[in-house]
Amino acid sequence: MTKIRWSAAAVAALTLVLGFGTPPASAAGAHEGEQLYPVLTYRTGPYAPSGIPFLGGLQDYVRYVNEVQGGVNGVKIYTPECETAYSIERGIECYERFKHGYEGAPTAIFQPHSSGLDAALLDKAREDHVPVFGPGGGQAHAFEGRVFPYSFPLVLDYWSEASIVVKYIAERAGGLDKLKGVKIATLYHDSGYGRDTIEPLKILSEKYGFVDIQIPVPHPGEQQQTQWQQIKQANADWVFLRGWGVMNPVAIKTAARVGFPVDHIIGDIWSGSEDDTRPAGGVAKGYLAVSVFPPGTNYKILQEIKKYVIDTGKSDLKDTSKFGSVYYNFGVIEGILAVEAFRTGQAKFGHRPLNTEEGRWALEHLDLAPDRIEQIGATGLVSPIKVTWLDHVGGSSAKIQQWTGTEWKPLTDWIDGDRALFHDVLEQKALDYAKEKGIAPRTNEDALIN
Amino acid sequence: MSSTTLSAPATAALPRTARRALAVVLGLAVLLLPAFADEYWLNSILIPTIVMGLAGIGLNLLMGYAGLVSLGSAAFMSIGAFSAYNLLLRTPWLPLPLALIVAGLIAAVAGLLFGLPSLRIKGFYLAASTLGAQFFFEWLFTNFAWFSNHSLTLTISAPRLEIFGIDLRPAPGRYLLVVATTALLYWLAANIVRSRIGRDLMALRDMDKAAAVIGIPVASRKLLAYAISSFYAGVAGALFAFAYLGTSDAHSFDLDKSFEVLFIVLIGGSASLFGNFLGAAFIVLTPIFLTRLVELLGLSAVFDNGFLINLEHVLFGLTIVVLLIREPDGLAQMLRAIRARWAAWPLRA
Repeated sequence: MTKIRWSAAAVAALTLVLGFGTPPASAAGAHEGEQLYPVLTYRTGPYAPSGIPFLGGLQDYVRYVNEVQGGVNGVKIYTPECETAYSIERGIECYERFKHGYEGAPTAIFQPHSSGLDAALLDKAREDHVPVFGPGGGQAHAFEGRVFPYSFPLVLDYWSEASIVVKYIAERAGGLDKLKGVKIATLYHDSGYGRDTIEPLKILSEKYGFVDIQIPVPHPGEQQQTQWQQIKQANADWVFLRGWGVMNPVAIKTAARVGFPVDHIIGDIWSGSEDDTRPAGGVAKGYLAVSVFPPGTNYKILQEIKKYVIDTGKSDLKDTSKFGSVYYNFGVIEGILAVEAFRTGQAKFGHRPLNTEEGRWALEHLDLAPDRIEQIGATGLVSPIKVTWLDHVGGSSAKIQQWTGTEWKPLTDWIDGDRALFHDVLEQKALDYAKEKGIAPRTNEDALIN
Repeated sequence: MSSTTLSAPATAALPRTARRALAVVLGLAVLLLPAFADEYWLNSILIPTIVMGLAGIGLNLLMGYAGLVSLGSAAFMSIGAFSAYNLLLRTPWLPLPLALIVAGLIAAVAGLLFGLPSLRIKGFYLAASTLGAQFFFEWLFTNFAWFSNHSLTLTISAPRLEIFGIDLRPAPGRYLLVVATTALLYWLAANIVRSRIGRDLMALRDMDKAAAVIGIPVASRKLLAYAISSFYAGVAGALFAFAYLGTSDAHSFDLDKSFEVLFIVLIGGSASLFGNFLGAAFIVLTPIFLTRLVELLGLSAVFDNGFLINLEHVLFGLTIVVLLIREPDGLAQMLRAIRARWAAWPLRA
């Protein structure tokens, strides 16, 4: 008998679940007249340690824009969250929930916050006409706006990153002509992300004559003794570390154990945060990394956020010591890019919330020149970019930074990647993709494929 | 597993004609659903529920009916997905239904190979050996770019999704593809369970020595169980990759996914076919429901986001624990109890 009562309760619960498991797609709601900016989060799961400060930076910047600046030209930004724990399936559910707007606020752009989800949305977003933008680490061939009108891998791709690393090594060697015979070993996370630099480094080594050594590390990378022995045996001069998560501190520690000089290891953009060096301890001092998200609090905009958001106790961060860390600043930078895209769109379509088609237009005309960056108070924090319908990356600059043992210090100014060198190869890849999918590349800015 | 009932109970609650009429009405409702349901429902609730339910059937045939174990369901799903992708890409003349079937058969062959240890070992040891499949195929599809047609990020995406020239890529098309495939395979599974093979498998589950004594070919039946189970997983994997995600890579089918299929079987009910869909619905819907609940209760004004998300995880885990304590035979058993109750109403069953 009790069993049956329990069952009835369970069925009632299931009906309830079915009943409001679904949010009304675009029901008139409390957020009419606001700009929807859905925030996919990973505050739980394996990547939560980088997710929490990153989301803190993003939410704090939006709060600053909303409360101190009164929104973008008076239009408030609404940022409902959707937790994915970095899983693609949950991410797709979030995408479906928000793609046509939410509670009366329309969607203009969508940020997946995960390379896997970014790839999974490539086709869906094109069919739905939703511009997807992921700063840092999109698919390199998606720069081609003729084939991918709704993909925006802004700021930097891994191919440019590889050329920046080679440029920096050349600078240290005394010029590009001195690269001949230099041995550069790339230690990469064995995944699509990690393998992405194999091809550009091959092209670069053919051009400059350095010796290109590629060594994979299986996920998650807790054991790297063999790989580092291999590096020692090959007598490598430099190591380009393309890690992710736990692989980074393990690499730094193992390098110290086999006696490889730490100041000749250059980390990838995802191998250069405080969480990658601190766990390695003292041996990490002197370690280098590519940086598009420079840490530090010494930027005008960060001081403003500190004054109005952190010090007033309104921050999304529980642990405010993360303020100014690499991932926090990454969040701020992403927020700046989104807000500037809204501003660009509003200049054309009027001071109101934008829809996805207008959002695409806005991203394709995003032009962050140095003087605009200065006005925002983000000089040195955000690299200048200019997006066009033909080029959806818009720039390719990064700095090289060094770990002092307690914090990251930039060693260089923005270094430009050699995008011209790769242009033809990547363009061909995009066109091949178009052929495989039966997409006709658009021939002018306004002609959109469907 | 011995506590489960041998076969689905034949409740004579309704006369046969009434049951048939009900089935027809339900079938029509399912087919006409895309006309009413919006894209959100189709894309993020119905399609994943049905596809994961199908994967659940695959594992349930192995675990619930044959009493064997597998922690490699996701590996067989990935074989189905990668096979279907390569078939559609490299043999353009092959129609979609045939490609799905061949992909399933390739997964079945792999399942047969990885089922070989079951002839010698049992229980936890067997479970550990099926883990081998899980790690092997994830490694294979990450390390040999040929499987993903040398794509930059090692991802695969549906090259074409059409039947007789009809484009199935919009949500209703993908939904109908999933429903039709699942209905056919469900019917097949129901027949397998009731056939001689099904009875042999259940005899094996309940006592394999006795089964051998009465003349059941134990070795070939065990391998057959792995093959059938992997066939279902393979087709489900192809649908998961192309009808649901759209794009996937080897990591979409990691160990977590194998556990998810296992939970679907446990929550839905072992040795039940329909229960798998209940289990899948539970896994897909509960997290979404909890998020909505937190939103409706206005908790976000009181607590910070990080806390709420962790609270949701705790509640989800708690629901599973309570559910399995109250009803170890899963949601399917609950449904049966309710059906029995209403069959006798207003008297007590």
